[in-house]
Amino acid sequence: MTTLETFRSALQALHSHRLRSALTMLGILIGIAAVILTVGLGQGAQAQVQAQISKLGSNLLVVTPGSTTSSTGVRGGRGTSSTLTNADAQALTAVSVAPDIRAVAATATSNQSVTAGSTNWTTTVVGTTPSWAQVRSRDLSAGRFLTADDIAQGRAVAVLGTETVTQLFNGRSPVGQSVSINGSTFTVVGVLTAIGSTSTTANEDDQVIVPQTAFATRVAASSARAAVSTIYIEATSQGTLTAAYQEAKSLLLTRHGVTTTAADFTISSQQSLLQTATATDRTLTILLGGVAGISLLVGALGIANMMLVSVAERVREIGLRKALGATPSAVRRQFLFEASSLGVSGGVCGLVLAGTGAVVLPHFLSQPVTISATAAAAAVGVSLLIGVVAGVYPASRAARLAPIDALRND
Amino acid sequence: MSGPVLSLRDVRKTYVMGDLRVDALAGVSMDVYEGEYVAVMGPSGSGKSTLMHILGCLDVPTSGTYELAGTDVSRMTEAELAEVRNRRIGFVFQGFNLLPTLNAWRNVELPLLYAGVSRDARRRRAAEALERVGLADRLDHRPGELSGGQQQRVAVARALVTDPSLILADEPTGNLDSRATADVLGLFEELSSAGRTIMLITHEPDVAAASARTVRIRDGLVDLATAGAA
Ligand SMILES: Nc1ncnc2c1ncn2[C@@H]1O[C@H](COP(=O)(O)OP(=O)(O)OP(=O)(O)O)[C@@H](O)[C@H]1O
Ligand SMILES: [Mg+2]
Repeated sequence: MTTLETFRSALQALHSHRLRSALTMLGILIGIAAVILTVGLGQGAQAQVQAQISKLGSNLLVVTPGSTTSSTGVRGGRGTSSTLTNADAQALTAVSVAPDIRAVAATATSNQSVTAGSTNWTTTVVGTTPSWAQVRSRDLSAGRFLTADDIAQGRAVAVLGTETVTQLFNGRSPVGQSVSINGSTFTVVGVLTAIGSTSTTANEDDQVIVPQTAFATRVAASSARAAVSTIYIEATSQGTLTAAYQEAKSLLLTRHGVTTTAADFTISSQQSLLQTATATDRTLTILLGGVAGISLLVGALGIANMMLVSVAERVREIGLRKALGATPSAVRRQFLFEASSLGVSGGVCGLVLAGTGAVVLPHFLSQPVTISATAAAAAVGVSLLIGVVAGVYPASRAARLAPIDALRND
Repeated sequence: MSGPVLSLRDVRKTYVMGDLRVDALAGVSMDVYEGEYVAVMGPSGSGKSTLMHILGCLDVPTSGTYELAGTDVSRMTEAELAEVRNRRIGFVFQGFNLLPTLNAWRNVELPLLYAGVSRDARRRRAAEALERVGLADRLDHRPGELSGGQQQRVAVARALVTDPSLILADEPTGNLDSRATADVLGLFEELSSAGRTIMLITHEPDVAAASARTVRIRDGLVDLATAGAA
């Protein structure tokens, strides 16, 4: 008997028990759809995190004042009394001691009420240097960024985030206009390109960037003039991030005259923070995927059960087929084909359901669902495997039946 | 050499049910030669069907040997037996054994399916076989839509469809009226004169009379005078 004929017989048999076949298939369908969707959700979340990493600058190290014993790099006592200074930032730019550091930007921040005409908006004012734009991988949508000259001259100029522009200028072009911060008038020279808000960080589109010199004299409290709240370091590449980390650490330890255990600063990479988030997502994915996997297993048991019932109630038919010349392997093949057809059709329908879910779900969960071609192929492969494995025992039982015993069965 | 096609030596078939032992066959020795037309007669429960099942390689003796065309059947593998059943033997079951979900021609084509015959040829040969038993107009009927006699003729058509050299028929005319019986016997006559070996079980002396030899069986034993054994 040819493979095609075996397949045809198998489909005929499934067709003659339509309802039972459909219900059995449903078990695999639900299992496959559940697995694909949970894995897809997990991958979607991870892709989102990856996108955030690149938004923040992937080669970025962040030095904050205060120590922490936590290995996850969570900040300690920020702002209590800053131990970082502009001089620290200057020292880090020296190529001789820190060859793997490309650029350094020290920032001091302060929450201030900013006024434009009669409009008032409370936002973060950041005092920094021209390298900030490079280190934070930010572009301008209008005007220019801070220049070395602005720093040297202590000019009162400001670059605004798009959200800040919307709040203060209500859509009008702000370049050339002036804003008032802490009683001083700053001229707006540029607008940052929006990067979209990210869930793990402050709103990067709502801030006012000013030269650190102007910040020290016009914005900061007099006691904290030389202090910076954060130093951003850009490594020369992602591969040198660890080297840059070591260089920055030993340099700052030396400058502050302390040992590692007494370090008064913390260096973390954005990546390490996000990796923690990714790891959490992954744990959740594995957990949910496991639950979904169990439902797939239940589906497999459903196929095995249906095939066993089918063998039991078709004993006469099997006996007759053997009496008419079906070899044990032909009988085994037919039952294996039946089981694997159930598995594969359940898998394909599950894939279709998951595909629909991937389109519909993001509207309700505000979470992207990624279904990769590999996941789809694996799902169909797995459902075929399930069908075969679940079919092996019933099929070999059918194949072993002696023709006359089977025929006598009533 | 032209030894017997079917050769049984001291074949026993014992069924054990609890304490009860039933000797369905109690030591049968018999020979059937190529091209013979043999009828088997005997009272109900005498072991006729059991004998037929063993000859058709559907069942195995508890003891004794059965040689089919010189080959000891007990030495054949399952797959070889399947091939023998498929290519050499046409079996008409006492209880028809048609598949209720398949229509007449699909039932008849089954042996051809396992012989690897193409779909078109199967359909053609199944239709021919059904025509020979007078059911040309019932190709698409399912067993449930046929009378008992018609079902029996479908079973006969299925046994003939592969054109086997050995036909084993367990009461093939049991449900037929005299005209249909005559038709089926005519068919066997035709096959016999074409050189096929035929063995049929019957209760009717008329039917047995059509054959060249009648084997009588009683209580699991064959009447020695009719066994044809050397
Ligand atoms: N599977 C079985 N288990 C136990 N006993 C059996 C079995 N099959 C047959 N027998 C017994 O073996 C004996 C012979 O049965 P068999 O079917 O060969 O009779 P038969 O000659 O064909 O009868 P009939 O003319 O009624 O068809 C009977 O007594 C029957 O009860
Ligand atoms: Mg009988």
